[in-house]
Amino acid sequence: MSAPGFAPPTTSSTGLAAEALACLRGERLVFERLSFSLAPGEALVLSGPNGSGKSSLLRQLAGLGPLHDGRLLWNGTPVDTDPEAHRARLAYVGHQDAVKSVLTARENLTAWASLGGGGGEDEALATMGLGALADVPARFLSAGQRRRLGLARLFLRPVPLWLLDEPTLGLDAAAQAGLKAALARHLEQRGMIALATHVPLSLARSQELDLARFSPVRAAA
Amino acid sequence: MSIFFAVLRRDLMLALRSPAESLMTVGFFVIAATLVPFGVGPEPETLARIAAGLVWVMALLAALLSLDRLFQADYEDGSLDLLLLSPGQTEIMVLGKVAAHWLTTGLPLIISVPLLAVFLHLPLEALPALLAAMLLGTPVLSLLGAVGAALALGARRGGALTSLLVLPLFIPVLIFGVAAPEAAVADLAARPHLLILAGLFFGALVLSPWAAAAALRLAAE
Repeated sequence: MSAPGFAPPTTSSTGLAAEALACLRGERLVFERLSFSLAPGEALVLSGPNGSGKSSLLRQLAGLGPLHDGRLLWNGTPVDTDPEAHRARLAYVGHQDAVKSVLTARENLTAWASLGGGGGEDEALATMGLGALADVPARFLSAGQRRRLGLARLFLRPVPLWLLDEPTLGLDAAAQAGLKAALARHLEQRGMIALATHVPLSLARSQELDLARFSPVRAAA
Repeated sequence: MSIFFAVLRRDLMLALRSPAESLMTVGFFVIAATLVPFGVGPEPETLARIAAGLVWVMALLAALLSLDRLFQADYEDGSLDLLLLSPGQTEIMVLGKVAAHWLTTGLPLIISVPLLAVFLHLPLEALPALLAAMLLGTPVLSLLGAVGAALALGARRGGALTSLLVLPLFIPVLIFGVAAPEAAVADLAARPHLLILAGLFFGALVLSPWAAAAALRLAAE
């Protein structure tokens, strides 16, 4: 059990913990024996080359991807015992923005707010600097603005766990700074963040997880 | 139940903003059915005998035409991930999408049936039975179609695959949907056929959201 990166299961666990996760894409093993534990107020920064499984891991943490091996624990309880409760405590922003072109920016957020049981669309738009564009149909938004609209969903419903896949992609310097501030605020409020990024975000209390260490190819070499 | 109405409202709003898609389904239904007299000749007796069957076959094809957009757009822009992650049961979410699909395709089809009844010399006494049969049968098309559309997600030429998957399942609806107006014309009771259609509806209502939700989870992996 002395494989690289294998941490013994945490006993006094609040927050999210993974034990010996593995991920298969097709026939290929992307990573294996991946473990970490994330306490309230902490950020987990996923790094690694393209194809090392950052997005796949985030989807596993969200409950969208299957766990091919290992366990995912929330406060010590496996999340698959109650997937609905797990969904209620996380917010996921993936590669795609899930923005509907025919709706305005505010309508996009209202649709998601009514699905998730949240509100405060105007505050969310203001946080991501989209206040002036609230009533513009989303098809007129630029790629970066659509990204910001996708990220604005994070602020609709207070949830402890944020899962972000390359959140800075396409954002300008001001929007990146705004996002950094929002992430820091979330951590201050004892939230948890797991994110994949190629841009250093210099978050307080963050741990880095290099997925290349868990790649079976690397371990064999 | 709130997720049902949230998804229903969202999808109806999206359909309202791009009405061409629903109108195209109805347009196809009307044009395809009016082509038949050119093919088989305009004799009222011939048309009257096949009118009910024609209306049903065209309705099946029109429903198929609209199925590929039921989940495909959400799958492509990443909304499907968020729908699967929204708190609440995925099966209820699927029901909301099916209800919106029926309201934007099945219901307009039914409304245009009286027009086609005139074109095709449908006996007047058959019309109430045909409308009742369609009112019970078209929701079954949406429910079973949702399973096929969910299974075909991610496949190339998904529309063709959906047709292969669901057309055989539509056969009972077609048989009893045509039997009801024919019984009315022959001065027999249409009620038994309508009751069987109602049975098919309730069976599909219980089973297909469950199957479609499982297929959607697979597609998201």
